[in-house]
Amino acid sequence: MKRNGVFSRVCMILTLIFMYAPIFVLIVFSFNASKSRTVWTGFSLHWYADLFHDTRILGSVATTLEVSVLAMVISTVLGTLAAIGFFSMRRRSRAVVMAINNIPMTNADIITGVSLMMLFVFAFGAFNATLGKALGVTLKTGFGTLLLAHITFDVPYVILSVMPKLNQLDPHLYEAALDLGAQPSYAFRKVVLPELMPGILSGAMLAFTMSVDDFVISYFTAGSGASTLAMEIYAMTRKRISPEINALSTLVFVIVLVVLIVVNVHSVRQERARQKRDLAWKRADG
Amino acid sequence: MKNKFLGIPYIIWMAIFVVVPMFLIVGYAFTTREGGFSTGNFSNMLSYAGVFGDSFLLAIIATLVCLLIGYPISYWMTREGPGVKRIALVVLMLPMWMNFLLRTYAWMSLLENTGILNELFSAIGLFKLINAVTGSNIDHFPMINTKGAVVLGMVYNYLPFMILPIYNVIDKIDARVIEAAQDLGANSANVFRRVIFPLSLPGVISGITMVFIPSVSTFAISKLLGGGKTLLLGDLIEMQFYGNSYNPYLGSAVSLVMMVIVLVCMAIMNRFGDGEETAVML
Amino acid sequence: MSKELIRLVDCVMEFDGEVVLDSINLYINDAEFLTLLGPSGCGKTTTLRIIGGFQQPTSGDVLFNGARINDVPPHKRQVNTVFQKYALFTHLNIYENIAFGLRISKVPEDEIRRRVGEALELVNLSGYERRSVNSLSGGQQQRIAIARAIVNRPKVLLLDEPLGALDLKLRKAMQIELKKIQQEVGITFVYVTHDQEEALTMSDTIVVMNGGRIQQIGTPTDIYNEPKNAFVANFIGESNIIDGIMVQDKVVTFAGHTFPCLDSGFGTNAPVDVVVRPEDLHLTDPEKGHIRGVVESVVFKGIHYEMMIQSPTFTWKVQSTMFRAVGQEVGMTLTPDDIHIMHKS
Repeated sequence: MKRNGVFSRVCMILTLIFMYAPIFVLIVFSFNASKSRTVWTGFSLHWYADLFHDTRILGSVATTLEVSVLAMVISTVLGTLAAIGFFSMRRRSRAVVMAINNIPMTNADIITGVSLMMLFVFAFGAFNATLGKALGVTLKTGFGTLLLAHITFDVPYVILSVMPKLNQLDPHLYEAALDLGAQPSYAFRKVVLPELMPGILSGAMLAFTMSVDDFVISYFTAGSGASTLAMEIYAMTRKRISPEINALSTLVFVIVLVVLIVVNVHSVRQERARQKRDLAWKRADG
Repeated sequence: MKNKFLGIPYIIWMAIFVVVPMFLIVGYAFTTREGGFSTGNFSNMLSYAGVFGDSFLLAIIATLVCLLIGYPISYWMTREGPGVKRIALVVLMLPMWMNFLLRTYAWMSLLENTGILNELFSAIGLFKLINAVTGSNIDHFPMINTKGAVVLGMVYNYLPFMILPIYNVIDKIDARVIEAAQDLGANSANVFRRVIFPLSLPGVISGITMVFIPSVSTFAISKLLGGGKTLLLGDLIEMQFYGNSYNPYLGSAVSLVMMVIVLVCMAIMNRFGDGEETAVML
Repeated sequence: MSKELIRLVDCVMEFDGEVVLDSINLYINDAEFLTLLGPSGCGKTTTLRIIGGFQQPTSGDVLFNGARINDVPPHKRQVNTVFQKYALFTHLNIYENIAFGLRISKVPEDEIRRRVGEALELVNLSGYERRSVNSLSGGQQQRIAIARAIVNRPKVLLLDEPLGALDLKLRKAMQIELKKIQQEVGITFVYVTHDQEEALTMSDTIVVMNGGRIQQIGTPTDIYNEPKNAFVANFIGESNIIDGIMVQDKVVTFAGHTFPCLDSGFGTNAPVDVVVRPEDLHLTDPEKGHIRGVVESVVFKGIHYEMMIQSPTFTWKVQSTMFRAVGQEVGMTLTPDDIHIMHKS
């Protein structure tokens, strides 16, 4: 194929500027001495210091990590089992469950959030009025509902990542292991699971990032009992606009940048190593 | 290893957390505050016809802008070497992994009346020039709290969602298919029009879906960049659940109508390009 | 007899400093079925892509009807290609796939309809116009790929291992069909394969390649009967290749016996390679044979037995309709035209 000319290169660079200029401004003003977001008054790190003393923010970071890790682990297990279960179903019933599985992914976040909120309000209202009253227990929205909601929107992504690996799986692999005398559970752990592992891992990663990134569904399901980082950012932008947000953005940006670079450098290295090895084998073969 | 019982826990989960909530929405939508079946919520919605109009209009504009910028960019990206491609992908993903609220917030300080863009225009004497030519007396462009700012926020946030699926589809087109077209006499314009473009349609459709749905249902972007002046569907729904006018019945009705319209649009589009499998790829 | 259509002059191809083609000189006649034959990585596909215009040689010229076409892009060449694994357009139906080239050259609609119909008839798939590509079997997709190329009436059709993805039976049937199609349309076919049997069955001319060089060019009979070197002898059919001494013209010594042969021009007492095809060794009683040996193994191959026979100096592969048991002592005879002499390689 032909390479790009000057015009297309310029357009690509303009898009790059469009994407990064706002972030760049954000970062620059995180080091501003004054509260102004438009006038540079001198270098200072005190917004970072403020950020690290802001217990609300630190608490919300902890909540975000907790809910994301828990949701990731639970939805990875639930989703992997479900993927295998769905894969074993007949075509018809598989189509039905996959269609339902797709609902949280295709629906707008706000609808998922609102509908779950109504479920919790409705179910908790009914429980508190009857059984809860008798037992003296009152259920409230909070971390628990947040976690349930996160698992609900994470599992579809796990299934989506594991399903293709199941489709690629050689059906005779498992049978071969059994034929060689393996117990079904051993064959599954030692033969099937390693084949599915890349899909499971990328599903887990996807679930984790979806959870960390989510705002809308958390906003509707956490109630007043819990607050994630995204919810805290929203509250800050609504009420007390402060360069603390800039400092926070800068930190998030740097963390994401480092993660992406590490992941990419790692995969480039692996690819190079593989190419080298293949070449060596080729040479050895003559 | 075939064991369909492994799916049962999640099927129960889906029943409780996916299916029941959908029924709740439908149920509430057809109920009034006082209880009892009614279609009143839908007739009440007529007074919000403007909100529907605004939401769909802004979302359609944002989607079109994303498509117009995103398609050529993704196409050009596929023509770069592997190194540039990898870097370009990282560059695209990076803002996506930052929370969209932070990305939206970034624009607030740029667009304010005394914000950086207006300061910049002032510094290069743009307002003086305009005032001198038209006889007006302005010292800033009103940018924040306008519909334009909302569209800008949507485009900025969701552009990568347009570029990535299109890029993925074009990048996967078998080089031999393109060679086959050249071999059969197609010059580069023909190759694009008759082979690359039709084959990229599934990516375009999933890109449109991934930009349009969050755009049409957003409430944070319109709050932050629209200043609450432009009421969108997302805001309307949010207001019914959090706020003074607590009314989950109307909220459910609005959600239901929005959902149905979106589903119908998607069904029509999918018929168009019959590419369902290629959606979500991230 | 026929006129020359394509000529490659000193074509060299390098990728990242690695020489893939080393000064290829080749001419292709009009209406001939020419096969580029060789193991994978020998440069045959690169040669084909140079003719098709998908790659430019690092140095050297490509001539078409005597004119240099190095810089002519693929879409302007009167050459069409049938790709490995077909490269059909999945977003178009069969009719539109075949009509693709005609549409681009703005052929009127009624003529497109007629020519697509003819092309489908040629490949025995009339009535498949509205089907989708994915609903066809491998063999059918193959024929569509041929129809899609041939409908443009190219001067030359390039085929890059087109039968590689098909099973054995279908491959044999398609070999015959391809040859038939070539004779019907009367254009040049340049065919790439690593399958020597395919090459022998269909070709007018075979070009044997290895390591980026042409090893031998000739008719199937020439190549089979008179391989120029050990590589060709080994690659085309099975051979016994044994060291020998060319005592003088038409006399050669090997395996402890001196044989009359038909070759000359190697000098006197020159070391040479001697090629003997397995089917040319005739079994006889031990005392009547030129060479004696003991049967080491026997495999039944359907029409003949394949035996490995151990003689004092060499283990011979022999194909014979006569059965000899393992351990039995046998004799083998050779006539002068069974012995092929090659320069040491």
